[in-house]
Amino acid sequence: MSAILLAERALAETPRSAGGTVYTDTVIFSATEAFAQDVPYQIAIVDLDAGGRLTVRIDGDNVVIGDRVEFLDFRDGIPFYRKPR
Amino acid sequence: MLERMLNVPPAFGWPAKDCGAGARVRILLGMRPVAVIGIGKTKFGAFLDRDLRSLAVEAGQKALQAAGVEPSRVEAFYLGNFAGPEFVSQNHLAPYVAGAMGIVGVPATRFEAACASSGSAFFHAVSAVGAGLYDMALVTGVEKMTSQPTSRVAGILAGAGDCAGEVKAGATFPALFAMIARRHMHQYGTQREHLAAVAVKNHANGVLNEYAHMRKAITLEQAMSGKPIADPLTVYDCSLVSDGAAAVLIAPLEAAREFGGKPVRIVGLAQTSDHVALDRKPDITTFDAVKRAGEKAYAMAGIGPAHVDLAELHDCFTIAEIIATEDLGFADKGNGGPFAASGCTAIGGWKPVNASGGLKAKGHPVGATGVAQICDVVEQLRGEAGARQVAKHAIGLAQNLGGSGATAVVTILAAA
Repeated sequence: MSAILLAERALAETPRSAGGTVYTDTVIFSATEAFAQDVPYQIAIVDLDAGGRLTVRIDGDNVVIGDRVEFLDFRDGIPFYRKPR
Repeated sequence: MLERMLNVPPAFGWPAKDCGAGARVRILLGMRPVAVIGIGKTKFGAFLDRDLRSLAVEAGQKALQAAGVEPSRVEAFYLGNFAGPEFVSQNHLAPYVAGAMGIVGVPATRFEAACASSGSAFFHAVSAVGAGLYDMALVTGVEKMTSQPTSRVAGILAGAGDCAGEVKAGATFPALFAMIARRHMHQYGTQREHLAAVAVKNHANGVLNEYAHMRKAITLEQAMSGKPIADPLTVYDCSLVSDGAAAVLIAPLEAAREFGGKPVRIVGLAQTSDHVALDRKPDITTFDAVKRAGEKAYAMAGIGPAHVDLAELHDCFTIAEIIATEDLGFADKGNGGPFAASGCTAIGGWKPVNASGGLKAKGHPVGATGVAQICDVVEQLRGEAGARQVAKHAIGLAQNLGGSGATAVVTILAAA
């Protein structure tokens, strides 16, 4: 089972434990057609507390390596994370 | 056993060796030594008036003519191409190209392994000739990319990533390598200046290469202040979107002398794989596939990194060249940045890397790159690289990377 499926299952089963730590990140200024209207936007690879890694979109304030992030929502199947409020 | 080993050519008599991560190198007792007997390449660039087939045919015919070989003597045709169907709406590309060269009636097959497509085609061609299946094989790599707008090109290239994960989340290829660069900076203190030094060097080398897409020197200041693409990478950290083709003709070494030119022997060759998704790799500051391929190729050649005189490394992004110098043992792990900035990898340095200008300046027609690297190493080993000739040129290495490290091909060549 792919990491993203495992992570989606983990998210569905234990939404409150769906936090994690930023392993790496980038802010994208030049995108594919599908995301051209979103630039600039940040994506990150997150070390999930529940285990495994997931590539996610960051909502709100930009994050850096080591930041704590929490699951926000799925939009068109894309997991969005943000800094805890 | 020892007697059998002593009877094989020295480069192939290396004993079985544990290469880590469970990879084992077979004793290649049964494999015939294989040589490159002809090379051909087109200029790389943006060619509005050229189509995929005409580029591939030009490169292939040049390789055949260089060796004085008629197309009818070719016993198998291997085509490296990443995304012809998406870029130019043509499928069934291998016989499509081979037929236009007058090569018919033989196996003609396309290999796709993202940016390592023609490296993979070369690996399989050499394997087949080495195994005795064919006495003459032509390997051609080609990509025609500039017929699509930039955002569409980015979308097609992103297809080499995990489309159910990272790409779905909005990652582009520059973004994947930006995340690699960010982590490398975090773990090892690599600086923006180190990345820029790779761009400056490769642009300087590209000026010397008449086949290069971009023959324009840049300063460190320019490289540091380029337009941002995916932070921390700027436009100067990214390779070019190019059209172009390259070809090599291979034959058993024992027959190589009957053809013109100086044959170059393939003494080490390995292809390896890894997960496609970047978030499946435990440490993204290293490419396990490259390390494994390098270890296997070194073991097959019976040499180590210190014996390599020059290398063409897969600098799809500046950080990729830095990591390749670490993974192949030229620099210590984490020290690739300072190594690049020190001048060691310049044409006059002690370990010249990408004397051709690399993917950064020579250009990166994705499916052509692996074979183009072989061509550039062959020119160096023959002493025919002109203004970009490196002084010591007995052994050369080419490293071709697919995607964010899911395919790697490492080839070691030696003047025959």
